[in-house]
Amino acid sequence: MLRRYLPHLVLALGAVVMLLPFYWMGLTAIRPPAEVFDISLWPIPKHFAGVENFTQAATSVPMARFMLNGVIVCGGILIVQVATAVPCAYALAKLRFPGRRILLSMVIAALCVPMQALALPLFVGLAKTHMLNTYFAMMAPFFLSVFAIFLFYQSFRSYPDEILEAARMDGFSEMEICWGLVLRASLPALAAFAVFSIVAHWNDLYWPMIVVTKTELAPPPLGMLFFSDAETGANYGALMAGATLITAPIVICFLLARKQFIAGITMTGVK
Amino acid sequence: MARSLTLTGLDKSFGATPVLRGIDLSVNPGEFVSLVGMSGCGKSTLLRMIAGLESPDRGRVAIDGQDVTEADPSDRNLAMVFQSYALYPHMSVRQNIATPLRMRQMTLAQRLPLIGRLLTPAALRSEIARAVEDAAETLQITALLDRKPAQLSGGQRQRVALARALVRNPAAFLMDEPLSNLDAKLRAHMREELAALHKRLGATFIYVTHDQIEAMTMSDRIALMSEGRIEQLGTPDELYHSPATLTVARFIGSPTINLLPAEADAEGRVHLFGTDTGLSTPARGPLTLGLRSEDLRIAEQGLPVQVLRCETHGADRYIGARVEGGEDLRLTLRQPTLHPAPAEGQRLHLAMNGEAAHLFDAEGRRASVTRRERVAA
Repeated sequence: MLRRYLPHLVLALGAVVMLLPFYWMGLTAIRPPAEVFDISLWPIPKHFAGVENFTQAATSVPMARFMLNGVIVCGGILIVQVATAVPCAYALAKLRFPGRRILLSMVIAALCVPMQALALPLFVGLAKTHMLNTYFAMMAPFFLSVFAIFLFYQSFRSYPDEILEAARMDGFSEMEICWGLVLRASLPALAAFAVFSIVAHWNDLYWPMIVVTKTELAPPPLGMLFFSDAETGANYGALMAGATLITAPIVICFLLARKQFIAGITMTGVK
Repeated sequence: MARSLTLTGLDKSFGATPVLRGIDLSVNPGEFVSLVGMSGCGKSTLLRMIAGLESPDRGRVAIDGQDVTEADPSDRNLAMVFQSYALYPHMSVRQNIATPLRMRQMTLAQRLPLIGRLLTPAALRSEIARAVEDAAETLQITALLDRKPAQLSGGQRQRVALARALVRNPAAFLMDEPLSNLDAKLRAHMREELAALHKRLGATFIYVTHDQIEAMTMSDRIALMSEGRIEQLGTPDELYHSPATLTVARFIGSPTINLLPAEADAEGRVHLFGTDTGLSTPARGPLTLGLRSEDLRIAEQGLPVQVLRCETHGADRYIGARVEGGEDLRLTLRQPTLHPAPAEGQRLHLAMNGEAAHLFDAEGRRASVTRRERVAA
């Protein structure tokens, strides 16, 4: 009995620990300033301040604009990442050409380079070309994702070669094989990568903060920063209401792609 | 639309390893030719080269006299049936069979989902649909047309793969061990069906297999390959009754041919364990004497052997025996089960049917053999 439920108990405890910050965020978002520092976890505040907090979060800064910026940046990054990584991974996984092994090891080596190491040259480059304060500046460093190449490579490798050969004999072009057959069989990997990419770039504060100073270009986390700096001061309730608003799309996005996401990471052996 | 196929001087190496060495083969229109050999003999590479999936280092591939060595696989109008069937997993059986036609007869825009339907003339659509129905009917899979490959059994997938091959009315059918994923009973059944299909279509078939029984039962001619060369090309009877080399003799026939060390003296008389066999040959020196299991019989006198085990195969019984004296030489003898089975460990004498004996010289090449007198051994 205990043996059967013990793993669930441990996992449930882990889940509680993971979810606590979100719960706290939600709780703070509906508490009035007086109760914000109350350590009670009781879900119903003495004075329900949710309406005020959310109204303030939504009106005192252009929250919709931040969200739209987030969608543009994340969408743009994801589209270009997939458009470049899928053919690249297909070539590495399924085509024979000289230098393939070296290119593959370079991809793996590139996985080890942190974003921060490249920040300065990228910034200088963008500044010299007068492209700071553009959507392009926020997206460009992430267009080529070695992680995506690696993830798709792992997934594509298991696609049976005989089907590719049958397709070539039937007259499919390599691009049709790549997008129409191979990627189609790797939709879980695509979903997993989309979740990874969207979460990472939706939540990214570091890079937008470097290249963007205009409020109207700010993605949600940077917007939040402007919000907490300028308008609210120490109004944590409103701040958390804003945080709840910008976290929600990600949570919804994950819940929708959850099944494919899990299939994708278990299938490709990437975590 | 049966076409001829001519291969001239094909060479191929993978890195430093030669896979094919100077392959010449010409296949007549409507012929069923099998490429057989052990794994690694180059037979699959040769088939893939015909298909255009592999390019030769040297040599020429021609279909109906037209050089296609450099042509793309899709431009050769060949259909291939793969060992794993290679059906498109996300398509229904109907779509799978229609794909070769869609790819050949429709433009890229017409093949697009949704919009493509509007761009395709109704006549073309119904023509393809009819061709698919016909192919499905030929292979009796009409009831499966709306299923996905994952919902089919191995035998059914095999039929779908065949239907997808024949729907395009190809210049030739290429088959890469298509029956090896089926169980024994189904394999025997599909063998019959394939032979019947070949007869009905009158098409050229190139069939790769490592199973000599498949090759023997279906082919007009067999090309037996070993180490990247064609050892012998001939009808199944030729390969069985006059194998050109030791390799061919060993490969063809079940149970495996019995091989005994023999020696030809200065006059060309063949001796086996010091006894004159009554056979003559132009060859000299050490030889290998090959005898099929059915060419040995139990006799009053002759080669002394000890019975190791008996295997009953219905009408026939295979008797495994060890030659007495010294080396570990084993023989298999086939005998109708009507005769009483010898006991294990029993001592027997074997006589051979000298007319059916095969002789091979030290290089493994066939040496001619004539019978002089009564067979002694």
